[in-house]
Amino acid sequence: MAEVKLLKTWSSHFALRVVWALKLKGVQFDSIEEDLSNKSPLLLQHNPVYKKIPVLVHNGRAISESLVILEYIDETWKQYPLLPDDPYESARARFWAKFSDDKVFPSIWGVFIKQGKEQEEAFAQVFENFSFLEEELKGKKFFGGEKIGYADLALGWIAERVFELEEIGVKVIEKEKFPLVSAWMQEFLKVPVIKESLPPHEKLVTKMRGIREKYLGAAHPE
Amino acid sequence: MVKSDVKVLGFWPSPFLMRARIALKIKSVEYEFLEENLGSKSELLLKSNPVHKKIPVLIHNDKPVCESLIIVEYVDEAWSSSGPSILPSDPYDRAVARFWAAYVDEKWFSALRDIGSANGAEAKKAAIEQLIEVLVLLEDAFVKCSKGKAFFGGNQIGFLDIAFGSYLGWLRVTEKMNEVKLLDEVKTPGLFKWAERFCADAAVKDVMPETDKLAELKASAPPSS
Repeated sequence: MAEVKLLKTWSSHFALRVVWALKLKGVQFDSIEEDLSNKSPLLLQHNPVYKKIPVLVHNGRAISESLVILEYIDETWKQYPLLPDDPYESARARFWAKFSDDKVFPSIWGVFIKQGKEQEEAFAQVFENFSFLEEELKGKKFFGGEKIGYADLALGWIAERVFELEEIGVKVIEKEKFPLVSAWMQEFLKVPVIKESLPPHEKLVTKMRGIREKYLGAAHPE
Repeated sequence: MVKSDVKVLGFWPSPFLMRARIALKIKSVEYEFLEENLGSKSELLLKSNPVHKKIPVLIHNDKPVCESLIIVEYVDEAWSSSGPSILPSDPYDRAVARFWAAYVDEKWFSALRDIGSANGAEAKKAAIEQLIEVLVLLEDAFVKCSKGKAFFGGNQIGFLDIAFGSYLGWLRVTEKMNEVKLLDEVKTPGLFKWAERFCADAAVKDVMPETDKLAELKASAPPSS
């Protein structure tokens, strides 16, 4: 029996990608919750380079970096393929996954931790990034087509976080301006495996509110 | 030679362009190379990569592929029956190669660039020390991945060789301009010998820009394309 462990935290959206992938493929795994302020010897042993989660441990061998883990999962367990067979479509999925981490995440983070003029500049970045996503979704329900795939899992954190952000007073997306992205977010969160794995809403809102206050307080000390 | 409608948009000093060219050479794919003037980007580039407007871009049968490592994987898959495989076949080995390639682009690239942008002797010294730390980790990765063979990929150059090796020209420029030895026979013996083998490889030597020409560009950090 293959042994699969996932080192994660309850709130990390990078770890959530891996949970989604494993569940879509019906792979049994043990979750090991890490306290990042007090990293376990297991984490330090399995990810000595970055000392970060998520880390997937399969038959004693560790794989780090969420997108690398996703590809490993897809290549190891063949049911519910995440990446398409066609090399060009695969390249596109990988492109959007990279876009998520290189561009979308920093822009939304910028909006999250700033206010005033700096936040306006970050919003402009978010707007530009969403425009690209809106274009990509033309004629498609999901980035993966009819079903969610690799790119949806990579970008899915947006769907999850946007609602929490609204609750703490940061409105990241307007439905009228980005109807396809908005529809994608709703459809994505309806997928049973996605929905049942989401972190507890109130707990996450409280955490995010705390983070935002900390950054705003640091920027403008009393 | 494999005939196909392939174009590559690039800028000659770019290590990222080099990755695409090495991959195509390994697979014996003929292509038309279009040199971009980054100060005045072509219509084709802006149309093919509207999101980033960067090179390299591979255009295969009019369909564009962007991001250098994604291009390498694409070439490996699209011409899978031609020439040796670029990525390993085992999923765990593939994950290790991808992990270190991402590390190279994140940690190695920024460490190399920091040497070029460092202000003053103290800052430069610190930046060099930081790069050497990164190299020591990569030396360890080389020993583990190569398993005693010539390259990260084994007997032939593979994905991680391409990802890291494409920076060697710029590494040499940095060594020259800062009068420092970064790849060292004593500290990084595996990588030291690997670098010579990589640069001499048939898939690499014709597409590697000359160190002197790179140095002339008066930068000790690679262009961001």
